Amino acid sequence: MAGEHKEISPKAMKEFISEAEEIIERLNQNLLRLDRRDQGGRIDPDTLNEIFRAAHSLKGLAGMFGISTMTTLAHHLEEMLDKLRLGKITLTGSLLDLLFESLELLGRIVEQASAGAGTGDPHEVDTMLVRLDAAVSVRKSEGPENPIERLRIDPEILGVLTEYEEHRLSENVLERNRIHKIHAKFDLATFDHSLNDLTAQLRTLGEVITTLPSANAASDTEIEFDILLGSRRNERELGAELRQGVTIEPLEYRDAPEAQPGPAGTGAAWEMVGEVEEERGTRGEKEGLEDAVGSLRSITETVRVDIAKLDHLMNLVGEMGLVRSNVGRLGDRMKAEHGFTGYALELDKLQKQLDRKLANLQESVMDVRMVPLRQVFDKLSRVVRKISRDSGKRVRLEVEGAETELDKLIIEGLIDPLMHIVRNAIDHGIEPVPERRAASKPEEGVIRIRAAQRGNHVVIEVRDDGRGMDMTRIQEVAVEKALIPANASLAPRELLDLIFLPGFTTKREATEVSGRGVGMDVVKQNIAKLSGIIDIESRPGQGSCFSLVLPITLAIIQALVVEACGRAYAVPLNSVLECLTLTRTEIGSIERQEVLQLRDAILPLLRLDRAFRLRREGEMPEKCFVVVVGLAEHRLGIIVDRLRDRQDIVIKSLGKSLQNIRGIAGATELGDQETILVLDVGSLIEQSVRRRE
Amino acid sequence: MSSRILVVDDSSTMRSLLVSTLEDLGCFEITETSSGFEALKFLSQEKPDLIITDINMPDINGLELVSFVKRNPLMKGIPLIIVTTERGDRDRVKGLELGAEEYLTKPFDPQVLQRLVAKHLGLAGKAGLGE
Repeated sequence: MAGEHKEISPKAMKEFISEAEEIIERLNQNLLRLDRRDQGGRIDPDTLNEIFRAAHSLKGLAGMFGISTMTTLAHHLEEMLDKLRLGKITLTGSLLDLLFESLELLGRIVEQASAGAGTGDPHEVDTMLVRLDAAVSVRKSEGPENPIERLRIDPEILGVLTEYEEHRLSENVLERNRIHKIHAKFDLATFDHSLNDLTAQLRTLGEVITTLPSANAASDTEIEFDILLGSRRNERELGAELRQGVTIEPLEYRDAPEAQPGPAGTGAAWEMVGEVEEERGTRGEKEGLEDAVGSLRSITETVRVDIAKLDHLMNLVGEMGLVRSNVGRLGDRMKAEHGFTGYALELDKLQKQLDRKLANLQESVMDVRMVPLRQVFDKLSRVVRKISRDSGKRVRLEVEGAETELDKLIIEGLIDPLMHIVRNAIDHGIEPVPERRAASKPEEGVIRIRAAQRGNHVVIEVRDDGRGMDMTRIQEVAVEKALIPANASLAPRELLDLIFLPGFTTKREATEVSGRGVGMDVVKQNIAKLSGIIDIESRPGQGSCFSLVLPITLAIIQALVVEACGRAYAVPLNSVLECLTLTRTEIGSIERQEVLQLRDAILPLLRLDRAFRLRREGEMPEKCFVVVVGLAEHRLGIIVDRLRDRQDIVIKSLGKSLQNIRGIAGATELGDQETILVLDVGSLIEQSVRRRE
Repeated sequence: MSSRILVVDDSSTMRSLLVSTLEDLGCFEITETSSGFEALKFLSQEKPDLIITDINMPDINGLELVSFVKRNPLMKGIPLIIVTTERGDRDRVKGLELGAEEYLTKPFDPQVLQRLVAKHLGLAGKAGLGE
């Protein structure tokens, strides 16, 4: 094999893409954190260092995979971040903007590489490089001497410090903090936990500059560490906090006594007595400590899994469910033929156990696919930041329920629609500052995103406090585009629904922000693809609110199996509200639409046989059933001949050629190897709503 | 018995690349760790025949790891190869001063890494890998 370079396998490429995405995601979160601290004052050095390390890792990875645009971009970013963390340049708002922009560009490159569509526009990358370099050339004046020289420190320790650690040490010296060398001895078997605990505790007392494993005493049972700590406290104060067996050695300053912070250190090691005391948050470093512990965990205790593998697992679980129902049928036959004794009884017991375990397994597999909405919301905050800056408006994003979890695939599919809604809200909804002032509203507009789980669904609301939809304008445009007749008189609700029609836009000129040739119709389609629906409310002068209702998962669902003309269909149970029996005479009609008076409301009806043009032998049975389905406030009664039973199903795609059939979400297999179609309730309801309008 | 190699890098993709490069060279018992900290934990229980480490890692960095291994009388004989993303000469000088045997920058040439590994594990006789 010697002689040629290793080919990059598709698997390795995939791994690279997903790690790069992860790094960018983390970078984004850290930049946002930096942004918040930026406003609050002190910048957390650990966050800054983590950002630097992320750029550094990206550079290395991109280099291995020969993605030169990404390598150079990450390299220039790394240079800039290095100067930032070493305090050679100052973090300003515009620098932060530049960082966010480069991150976006990196994200796009990864996206393209992942789709096999190139690796970014080289011109765009070049422009970014020039801007990054320009930002780096603005220098902060540097002190003439190296502050570390003021400290009496073991050259051996200096020898292993990275440049960054050296910088943190000098910063601590410049801030006139005491520098302590903390020496601790741990049992080999448990040192990881003990060291973690000690580091966490030290972070509440100051800054941990470095942790050095000490190799001096080679012991089979113990390991020793030296930790450099920069702190306001003297060794006696530290000693009162730390556990027994930890020694504290203050490092002396060489310069004049007045430069020595506090009482002079003796330079001698001082053995501590006293018990461990849990005290936290002395300088607000608690958060930093938890972050550090959290990040360590995420690196070592998570496994990255291809979603296809999870799909496969889910299929297996589904198929096991089928086997189970077959076994169940066999059990029923045994019961019928031999009575509820002996083997039949035994089998029944086993089957119940199997049911429980299977349900458990299914839940666990589903749980693995769940990710918090935070991932999407973080991206949105970046968008809000950028767009509000570009449009000169002041906008604040408030997020609630970021921990709400959804299936990974749904989360992925949600990013674009939510992005679009937020863009629209800033572009069309939130008013410019003078207009807000005139309306005696706060200058800063607010976009509030709220997510919450409701049963098997997640509801996401995007609410702005802007000017609301202009109903007159919507009507004008709809007439202009011949979407409605000129004399139509529509209720506000119906007017609002018009914005979801293809080709509808009220802006005369597309703006850079939301005019990307994508309208609300696409947003609606994307949501429908996720088996969700979207709804809108708006009040003039007070703002608009989009609500999305989405299923938690698409992978495995409970379904009601129904029949029409001898064919079976599955109706997802999460949209079924109730089932009714119906005699033909109860069916009424309003404007050629069949309806049913259901309590105080009129329920539009849809005959499944007519919807799918099934051939019926003879008349419809006198007695049939109505499955009432609903999404948000819309209801529809689906007329079927027979209700069969409830079953867990795995929805499978029908393949490319059949995937766009209206009213069908996919196919599924039933226990007796019968394959049936699954109804797409969202699109059936939508068709019925359209017909009425 | 096959040689035991410890691979330390916080990037899982990079570890996979390193491991597959090693696997192309021969049959080794490879242990991967994602931080200097985990590496220390491993070293407290096992003694590998070779260590490949990155420098920039959270907690205990690669230089600290090198220093630890090379100052420990029981471990200093273990050959150590630093494979890291270039950050100027500073890290290279420090790493070699601390006693690392080799220093390779990412992106690394798999063949060069294989040659270095073979050299330090005494596999020079392996076909095509001799000087």
